[in-house]
Amino acid sequence: MSTLTFDPTPTTPAATATVDPAAAVARAHARVSPAETVSQTLSMAWRALKKMRRNPEQFFDVTFQPLLFTAMFAYIFGGAISGNVQRYLPLIIPGIVAQTVLTTCMSTGVQLREDMEKGVFDRFKALPIARIAPLAGPMVADLVRYLIAASLTFVVGVIIGYRPHGGPLGVLGAILLAVFTGWAIAWIFTWFGILARSARAVQGYSMMVLFPLTFLSNAFVPVGTLPGGLRTFVKFNPVSHLVSATRDLANHGVLSSEVGWTLLAGLVVIAIFAPLSVRSYKRHL
Amino acid sequence: MTPTTAVYATGLVKSFGGFRAVDGIDLTVDQGEIYGVLGPNGAGKTTMLKMLATLLPIDAGQASLFGVDVAREPHRIRQLLGVTGQYASVDEDLTATENLWLFGRLQGLRSADARATAKRLLAQFDLEEAANKPIAQFSGGMRRRLDLAASLITRPPLIFLDEPTTGLDPRTRGQMWDTIRDLVAGCTVLLTTQYLDEADQLADRISVIDRGRKVAEGTPDELKSSVGDSTLQLQLAAGADQELAAQVVGRVVGQEPVLTPESARMNVPLDVADDAADVLIALRQAEIPIASVSVAKPTLDEVFLALTGHDTGEGDQETTREHLALEIR
Repeated sequence: MSTLTFDPTPTTPAATATVDPAAAVARAHARVSPAETVSQTLSMAWRALKKMRRNPEQFFDVTFQPLLFTAMFAYIFGGAISGNVQRYLPLIIPGIVAQTVLTTCMSTGVQLREDMEKGVFDRFKALPIARIAPLAGPMVADLVRYLIAASLTFVVGVIIGYRPHGGPLGVLGAILLAVFTGWAIAWIFTWFGILARSARAVQGYSMMVLFPLTFLSNAFVPVGTLPGGLRTFVKFNPVSHLVSATRDLANHGVLSSEVGWTLLAGLVVIAIFAPLSVRSYKRHL
Repeated sequence: MTPTTAVYATGLVKSFGGFRAVDGIDLTVDQGEIYGVLGPNGAGKTTMLKMLATLLPIDAGQASLFGVDVAREPHRIRQLLGVTGQYASVDEDLTATENLWLFGRLQGLRSADARATAKRLLAQFDLEEAANKPIAQFSGGMRRRLDLAASLITRPPLIFLDEPTTGLDPRTRGQMWDTIRDLVAGCTVLLTTQYLDEADQLADRISVIDRGRKVAEGTPDELKSSVGDSTLQLQLAAGADQELAAQVVGRVVGQEPVLTPESARMNVPLDVADDAADVLIALRQAEIPIASVSVAKPTLDEVFLALTGHDTGEGDQETTREHLALEIR
């Protein structure tokens, strides 16, 4: 119990002013306008950012993974795959950017699931707000995490000797592309988060999807070294396109068709999974 | 339905699988009224409230709030309604001020207005000192008050309170009652509760819900008088003739007592507490031994027994008694 005392005598009379139902009914509008949707999404993003700041362990994955994986993979596989670490870096750094951004998406779904189990979501459901706002808000806040993950990977790469020939602009483009793709793919995990029964289940499903997608791609090894069937899979794997696009931007400063394909794939994913998520969320009520 | 009707529902039904949680409930609540929905756990109170609040689809029947159809215009309904749930629905990771600010912003207040509203509500609900503390440090009563404050940000004309004091200690309950009376005045309130004394304290009219159906409706006094002003609870001694005891009691008070044969208990409705002495004397004369005697005000259990012929199905008698003891004191 708190030490606060409570004075049960009536408080300010302002509180007891009568409410006119007719006026309230007249004021009530039938739909959420696009402007309201944006404002509500941003309010939800504000909430998610507050929560991040109060639970800094949410940043562990986006800081430690780039630090650890970049150095680890470069030194372990560098010699075997490319002859030496220096020559491997242009191959592996974009690969790790893709991988980190994808793993970061996974926690979007896990955290949404945890969040939805809290009482405050009952209120969000009862409020006259756009149904997409509670889902999109945390995702907007997560842009910060993708940005940290992608930038940090490049920083670590540069420290251990990676020299991106695409220049600062190319690297910036690569980071933005990775952030966009991560954000797009996060909608898939958001949908998982709404459907799954528990946060642990989301984690399980997501791992099952993510591991094959990241490792069965061109992220870590040249495609030429793979057996036939696997090579076909790797070619069609959207992660390969992200990795190639990132390489083209960072290593060569080229806006290649891979960049176009990646953007298109991202848009398709959003177009499918954002409405799907909202629909499942409505049904979840 | 008249122009002054706040809540109007007919034949509401909600099924989960084969189980009809709400089974054809009609409800009419007038504007400005505090209306209590009384019933045990699992009676369908919360399900009914959720349907009216657009949180659950309505399977059959029709509902409108201030003439706005619930199923057809959910977004408008949400603008007319403040919902305070059974469990405080505020954000644990934010402070009290941040919670109210966020809910204000989400409902279209400008940042400065949302801040001013938060400040005003925290003062009204006596939460000023805790304004910048995380909710995790709040007591149960403080959470409920904050939850109620959050429902009043836009001054909606209708407030739903779902079991506002369940789980609170008796002192905090009393405070919550005062808060509800003071602060929701001017709104229409639909309240659910498991406690007759709570409905009695707060509600102008009550309907009693059992197994998804409405079994009675009336003012608190009307409901209570249906089971007598108070109840004499008798525990017969082992081996006493229960049949005979029931007959003897029936002759004295003019109606059959309610028997619980397994535990040899007998509840005798009394019009006046004074009749208790007559019952005891009659039992002594018939040589029926008694193990224990008490006189109590009617509980929800007794109202239920009288209305439905079965009890509330909860082993919850202790808590109900406790609340009554407090009320009497």
